[in-house]
Amino acid sequence: MKRRLWHFHGGLRLPGHKTESMQEPIQAANLPRRLTIPLQQHIGEPAEPVVEIGQRVLKGQLLARASEYISVPVHASTSGTVVAIEDRPIPHPSGLQAPCVVIDSDGRDEEIEHTPVNNYTELEPSALRNVIREAGIVGLGGAGFPAFIKLNPGPGNAVDTLILNGAECEPYITCDAMLMQTQPRRIIEGLLIMRHALQARHCIIALENNQPDAWQSLNNALEDDEKTFIELVKVPTIYPTGGEKQLIKVLTGKEVPSHGLPLDIQMVCHNVGTAAAIADTIHEGKPLISRYVTVTGDTVGQPCNLEVRIGTPFEAVLEQCGWRDDRNDEILMGGPLMGFTVDNPAVPVIKTTNCILSWPTTSEQQTPMPCIRCGECARVCPAQLLPQQLYWYARAKNFDRVQDFNLFDCIECGCCAYVCPSHIPLVQYYRFAKTEIWAQERDKKKADQARERHEFRQQRIERKKQEDEERKRRKKEMLKKSQGDETDGEESKKAAIDAAMARARARRGEKTPQSGGKKET
Amino acid sequence: MNLSLHSSPHMRTSNRVNRIMLLVIGALIPGILAAIHFFGWGVLINITLAVFTAVATEALMLRLRKRPITPFLLDGSAVVTGILLGVAIPSLAPWWIPVLGAAFALIMAKHLYGGLGYNPFNPAMVGYAMLLIAFPREMTLWLTPAVHDLTFVDNLRYTFLEQLPPNWTLDGLTAATPLDAVKTQLAQNLTLTEIHQGSTELFGAISAHGWEWINLLFMLGGLILIYLRVISWHIPLAMLATLFLVSGLFHLNDPDTFTSPLFHLFSGATMLGAFFIATDPVTAAATNRGRIIFGIGIGLLLYIIRTWGGYPDAVAFAVLLMNMAVPTIDYYTRPRVFGESRD
Ligand code: SF4
Ligand code: SF4
Repeated sequence: MKRRLWHFHGGLRLPGHKTESMQEPIQAANLPRRLTIPLQQHIGEPAEPVVEIGQRVLKGQLLARASEYISVPVHASTSGTVVAIEDRPIPHPSGLQAPCVVIDSDGRDEEIEHTPVNNYTELEPSALRNVIREAGIVGLGGAGFPAFIKLNPGPGNAVDTLILNGAECEPYITCDAMLMQTQPRRIIEGLLIMRHALQARHCIIALENNQPDAWQSLNNALEDDEKTFIELVKVPTIYPTGGEKQLIKVLTGKEVPSHGLPLDIQMVCHNVGTAAAIADTIHEGKPLISRYVTVTGDTVGQPCNLEVRIGTPFEAVLEQCGWRDDRNDEILMGGPLMGFTVDNPAVPVIKTTNCILSWPTTSEQQTPMPCIRCGECARVCPAQLLPQQLYWYARAKNFDRVQDFNLFDCIECGCCAYVCPSHIPLVQYYRFAKTEIWAQERDKKKADQARERHEFRQQRIERKKQEDEERKRRKKEMLKKSQGDETDGEESKKAAIDAAMARARARRGEKTPQSGGKKET
Repeated sequence: MNLSLHSSPHMRTSNRVNRIMLLVIGALIPGILAAIHFFGWGVLINITLAVFTAVATEALMLRLRKRPITPFLLDGSAVVTGILLGVAIPSLAPWWIPVLGAAFALIMAKHLYGGLGYNPFNPAMVGYAMLLIAFPREMTLWLTPAVHDLTFVDNLRYTFLEQLPPNWTLDGLTAATPLDAVKTQLAQNLTLTEIHQGSTELFGAISAHGWEWINLLFMLGGLILIYLRVISWHIPLAMLATLFLVSGLFHLNDPDTFTSPLFHLFSGATMLGAFFIATDPVTAAATNRGRIIFGIGIGLLLYIIRTWGGYPDAVAFAVLLMNMAVPTIDYYTRPRVFGESRD
């Protein structure tokens, strides 16, 4: 049965530039002398180091452990000595420095002993997730969200479809395509494990229709019984089909709700590379210490895909592929549409580095013109937004209006800026607006907390006052009773119950008007 | 706001504002040639004067506003404004008409609002409307199509010196436009049949003599722009379909009082307006649904003003009135965002 496919609005047909880096088989990158391993290579909280300067570590040894729920550990990519734990430049759009563990390699590449999971189907899904977490696995497609969280459907949620995303829609990037072509079985094994963790009914591996070789090899690798629940689907090559929401729409016709998650419509989406990493962890006990990286671009002599240890400097990887440092190239991490420029070629490859792209810096800088409201951006926006309006209000810092126009549904795919005839850096305005709004919300939260603290104090004072009065009242009552008046037994019992209830209420801090005629404040 | 040039995406189309403007200018050429054919060199002179004034004014205003001059001058938008205004002016007009109109358009309708992209009203139409209101005589003196043989020099002499060759009179050369003539005669209680018989020289094969060709060729240019995706089909189609339907309805009902839909579609500035003026992206609605509403509004207003209003043609007023409604239209026609429930 052939699956019916759907369309999403807009999108771009882009020159692929894929063949350049697909000529050679995947090779191992050279082991560098020094590795710089950032403590945060994922979305969430940075990991906490558990090693000390001067300590010898083995390949695969834990360097830092997860600090919060949304966090994963990091491991040593080779054996050697920890020479520093300090801030170093990391690949980040803002050119940040962040805490890293720096290891001088001893060249021996000695590995710690691994303990594979022998029969994962006997493991509880939660235990399985924990193994995956301890291996430091994050989404390898680019976003870097801890994988174990996306393997947790949460109580009461059933997962209908687990989608493996092999739609590498950005130009130039081919690491997933190469993985699918050369190691289909690793991907399928990983998929089976994920399926167990999620208890998903149905699985899809989706890849773009310009990768027939990858499709063929996956198809050959699928066992017959697996084909009853794993579907291999070719999707049209339109950017950004590989976006999670777009891919789900194409495959199922369903839309992930605005502000929602795929799980809201019983789906989960993972990258094929993540699946392969999970297979390595479960079957061989290996943590995530290397990944496939596409090294390509006009100034890369021999574009190819390499298996690179996490922490290897970009320049080392580039030089291995015939890139020379003497030019003033622009180096990107990620693809040309969603990637970012890296100013310092010494930054390390991290878990989310799917592609290193180098090309000549464009000398002519075209000044952006004003928006002429041509509507091209809206025509291509896959989120069906009105980018020109978002731009208008983001620029005016009208953050309420910009949210009215659904800023937070923008996936920053860059389609709008790609087509804009005025060459306005639209995406940058959206990032700016998002950051500002987050900052305001943080401030507001702080203010709210302060207010809560204040209210809490007020409440305490109030409660104390109530209790005092209550005590006084009871004393008065007792006094009356002892004076021997006409209160009968029924009434006194009722009064006692009322008093008890009032006390309970006061303890809970409710402000209900009470029989005693307390002041409402 | 810190705008680094490092922002993604790192790839762009080669499309630029000036490419769009160049294509628009190219698409105007067939219609302009037809206009020159029927109304003489004056058309070209008007366009030249208007374009020069527009570009000079643009440069001056950019300088006064301390904006970079070169990129904005090269965007071509002032040239387009100049051309649109130039073709809209009668060919036998004194030089100060296009000059005044273009300067007014650029200063009042464009730069006082903040320049390219910020002007709510179509500058060429603001210039035209101002001229029409301030100089109604000069703005309604149209040559009778293709009956004159004024040379380029004759025309130039009129433009700058307001001198006609001996033995020529203005009255002998000019006539009311067909839209105007029909309107006036209808007001004199003539029926359309009588008007047709009385002034055959006004009418052509499908609508008005001369004008029908100009309109056809502007339509051709417009269709090319749609094909090249420089403009979208929504506004022209909505506007023309509305004009066709409404005029058709009235015409069917009372063919002796209401001119035919074809007459409306192919005379005056209908096609120029539909494909080149109403579609000015800066001043038109930006969403597709909004564009349809915008087009319908222009079509309706155009018919109403032509039929019952004080002016024989009304493209400028219809467009300007709908320009005012654009922010509201845009706000209420926001598309359903991905993942929002369909209701
Ligand atoms: S593509 Fe650029 S110029 Fe056109 S409407 Fe969008 S932001 Fe404005
Ligand atoms: S970057 Fe945002 S606004 Fe622009 S096309 Fe992508 S989703 Fe739409």
